Amino acid sequence: MSELIRKNASELVELLKSGQVSSVELTQAHLDRSAAVDQDVHSYLHQNPETALAAAADIDRRRAAGEQLHELAGLPIAVKDNLTTTDAPTTSGSKILEGWVPPYDSTVVKKIRAAGLPILGKTNLDEFAMGSSTEFSAFGPSRNPWDLTRIPGGSGGGSSSVVASFQAPVAIGSDTGGSIRFPASVTGTVGNKPTYGAVSRYGLIALASSLDQVGPVSRNVLDSALIQDLIAGHDPHDSTSLPESLGSMADAARKLDVKGMRIGVIKELMGEGFQPGVMNRFKESIALLEQAGAEIVEVSCPNFEYAIAAYYLILPAEASSNLAKFDSVRFGLRVAPEGNPTIERVMAATREAGFGPEVKRRIILGTYALSSGSYEHFYGAALKVRTLIQRDFAAAFEKADVLISPTAPTTAFKIGEKLEDPLAMYLNDIATIPANLAGIPGMSIPIGLADEDQLPVGLQLLAPARADARLYQVGAALEKMHEDVWGKRMIDFAPELEVRG
Amino acid sequence: MAKDELMNYEKALEMFEVVIGLEVHVELNTKTKMFCGCRNEFGDEPNTNVCPICIALPGALPAVNRTAVESSISIGLALGCEIAPNGRFARKNYFYPDLAKNFQTSQYDEPIAFDGELTVELPSGSVHTVQIERAHMEEDAGKLTHIGGSTGRIQGAEYSLVDYNRAGVPLVEIVTRPVYGAGAEAPELAAAYVRSIREIVKGLGVSDARMERGNVRCDANVSLRPHGQEKLGTRTETKNVNSLRSIERAVRYEIQRQAALLAKGTAIVQETRHWHEDKGATSAGRPKSDADDYRYFPEPDLVPVQPSKELIESLRAKLPEKPADRRKRVQAEWGFADLEFRDVVNADLLDQIEETVKAGAKPQAARKWWTGELARIANSQDKDVTELEISGAHVAELTQLVDAGKLNDRLAREVLTYVLNGEGSPAQIVAARGLEVVSDDGALIAAIDAALAKQPDVLDAIREGRMQAAGAVIGAVMQAMKGSADAGRVRELLIEKANAS
Amino acid sequence: MSEITPDLVRHLAGLSRILVTDEEVERFTEQLSLIVDSVAKVNEALSGLDVPATSHPIPMANVFREDIVEPSLTQEQALSGAPDSGEGRFRVAAILDEE
Repeated sequence: MSELIRKNASELVELLKSGQVSSVELTQAHLDRSAAVDQDVHSYLHQNPETALAAAADIDRRRAAGEQLHELAGLPIAVKDNLTTTDAPTTSGSKILEGWVPPYDSTVVKKIRAAGLPILGKTNLDEFAMGSSTEFSAFGPSRNPWDLTRIPGGSGGGSSSVVASFQAPVAIGSDTGGSIRFPASVTGTVGNKPTYGAVSRYGLIALASSLDQVGPVSRNVLDSALIQDLIAGHDPHDSTSLPESLGSMADAARKLDVKGMRIGVIKELMGEGFQPGVMNRFKESIALLEQAGAEIVEVSCPNFEYAIAAYYLILPAEASSNLAKFDSVRFGLRVAPEGNPTIERVMAATREAGFGPEVKRRIILGTYALSSGSYEHFYGAALKVRTLIQRDFAAAFEKADVLISPTAPTTAFKIGEKLEDPLAMYLNDIATIPANLAGIPGMSIPIGLADEDQLPVGLQLLAPARADARLYQVGAALEKMHEDVWGKRMIDFAPELEVRG
Repeated sequence: MAKDELMNYEKALEMFEVVIGLEVHVELNTKTKMFCGCRNEFGDEPNTNVCPICIALPGALPAVNRTAVESSISIGLALGCEIAPNGRFARKNYFYPDLAKNFQTSQYDEPIAFDGELTVELPSGSVHTVQIERAHMEEDAGKLTHIGGSTGRIQGAEYSLVDYNRAGVPLVEIVTRPVYGAGAEAPELAAAYVRSIREIVKGLGVSDARMERGNVRCDANVSLRPHGQEKLGTRTETKNVNSLRSIERAVRYEIQRQAALLAKGTAIVQETRHWHEDKGATSAGRPKSDADDYRYFPEPDLVPVQPSKELIESLRAKLPEKPADRRKRVQAEWGFADLEFRDVVNADLLDQIEETVKAGAKPQAARKWWTGELARIANSQDKDVTELEISGAHVAELTQLVDAGKLNDRLAREVLTYVLNGEGSPAQIVAARGLEVVSDDGALIAAIDAALAKQPDVLDAIREGRMQAAGAVIGAVMQAMKGSADAGRVRELLIEKANAS
Repeated sequence: MSEITPDLVRHLAGLSRILVTDEEVERFTEQLSLIVDSVAKVNEALSGLDVPATSHPIPMANVFREDIVEPSLTQEQALSGAPDSGEGRFRVAAILDEE
């Protein structure tokens, strides 16, 4: 495979700026890679090589003409298929939106286009981002490039596998309970969920409105920082978007210093239920941080025990309402039963045919959680538990600047292994969910391979709301410490994929 | 439609106590919709004032119209309400094709205004203070057109067409507490209450308040209970009442219908009913259950509204005078007797007369023309007098021409019809058609002489005090002058002539 | 708190306008019972405590848009995804009853 596509995005950006590589060449190299491997990995739901190359050519032309371009102009990127794009279908991994081409671009995509990054394609996801393995995509799962019989994580398995298999240098994902971080953890890549409101949700097909965030997916912390700097910012179209800028993540990522920083280890997110190989890598990372001058403290967040329960009330409730708009009237699938069906019957038949079982399950659960007589005991109670979890974090951040935990209890499991057991599937997100409930930012970086199975292990970093820069600072520093030990990047341990002729 | 049995109205009131409750929806006249920047406009081509937000495309997010919020606060203040220092929007979840999101963004347990009251004066002179429970912000739905049925109504329709131009228009819903003690005047009270609401919102300038256009809509709740019983009877809610007259008729009808049923021992079905103006009756709609499970929860895509004290006081300072105060003031200014003034109010002519007086007419003259000839003309055309195409300035000009002796009553009425026909202002019409009263005594004397020639005895009769005789001559002169003589002047001249000889 | 029964599942599916087969009703009843049992434990966390609800993770208030017209979609764009349309409007099957 071309050496070009193995490079970090930050390197590619330098090559583009200096003119050593053209955007067309770079984009084509990635398209060639997809032709070679995506049949097996299945990261993409949609690609349009022509539009990508046309965008690349446009940037090359403008650069040659001496025009002032954005720092990242010409760098190809992949976008999760729950962000609207006017020049490609946006399906959110669901049959109910198969073939739907939106008449408007999401704000994040607008920013990407304005900066001149060619969009390589739309990546696969669990249907409506509900899931942690991408097995619930209506269009077939994506596969983990480290082992094609295993899941690449979810819901954003398309974005994680696309960068892990070198089909794109960077990608955009979304994270509601770990959908960027868990896939990063199991594919040896970097995934970041910004503070709630840091990146616009306008044009992100909503799952749970108070939990969803858009974030970068990459193979390197600095790469993620560059993308977050591009896509973050206030958007008047998103009433929940933060009014202020959070500063430069790239600057934070370049500091490479953790001296004097207090790192809190979350007592409740380790030990029992966590794979031994995961725990071993985690402990090694703690040791590295300590050696580098950080102060390690133990913190306790007792209400995390209830986080999954609260999450699986809040998410389905909000999702059941957000997904009501899929009713066959204005867009998407329409299924008309025999005879002279009423609109009610058309709606019910359409949603029956268009939604997969996990989506239906959550909609019904969510409807229950909100229904009169149940509200106080379910949704209402979950909103109160959310307060308790925020309080736990607040107390922890009194003692620490950044909190850490393993990103997930296990490494990548086999495709099909947890499909029949929703509760087991939900446990993948046990460590990632609290950050979404509290609105605070979280990042996963790769910290090695588990002894048992030689599969990637991720470490999660958490910071207070608006303190995203701390994640990039500590994350980049820890990443470098590991790379210095390994002598190479995490992704360089990945086995070579078979190349289709 | 089967005919309902109705109890005699007086008998119904003897047997039962009437309790009413009114929900009024006011459409705000903001330039844009409640949650998006689309035009708030009537009559445009279907689906041309729409965007991803108001047609609920996946990914779209709402953004609150500041002016709509301020207008809502103003309405609340004008109704003597408390303004909530902190309130959220809520989702009201139900499926219907005119509701793009299949939920309405509204307010649930945190309305922007609450606990107010409105004192209403009835035509009879009695005064009632209606307690207002709340006023809250919400959005309107789109418009459905039913095709294929025989009457354009929903029953028997083959399919329906949806236009979302009006979807998302800001509404303020004003809800009263149950109103007791209106007795036989319940229908009039309902109408008078809505009339007052109209005056208020029109006076505030926040709504065009035209009921025939749906700017102000009323749902009337009616229940009966035996005198002395504390428990409220089952109520029905009547919708589709599009005028003040309909409100009165519908409430009266429901009282009679419910009384007849209760007297027979039949329970009242709690349901939504529709008012049919043509039949003068209500008919059963969907059975209404208070267990209509709307699954309200706080709208996660919008942040709380926390009006500052400064904002509230600045809006309070801008409130126009209360309708009751305004009425007292103008009645005193115009010097109308109570009965005269009540006529004007009941005919909804306050604004018109005020405009006419401002344009220079004497109040009594304004009243005479509006409640007299203009009302008569409107009636003959089956219109409401406020719908006539004539301005207060025109009416004022007309009265001034009469005062100046340039027109007599008969001519003025003729000129009026030409003004209504769109021929211009009264002065223009008089000039164009040469309709001025003949004030040239010479011409009048000539005509008198001509008439006397045919009736020589009249002069003697007048000298003997038999004034009735003058009538024949005056009539003849008026006919000869084609009505352009001033009858009073003719009489004067005739008497002069009689006394002179 | 009601137990999850097949009737309840059917009722909830009806409220959410999703047709469900008998087999799905049975499967969902079983799965949802398990899930509901496990999520009901949120109430354990709250026992004895008076905790306010948090509906918005990052506290913010008073975010408004000025009352200024913004560009709309064209009629064509608005209808572009519609499964059926006519006369410039979205077309749907007959409605069962009036709201």
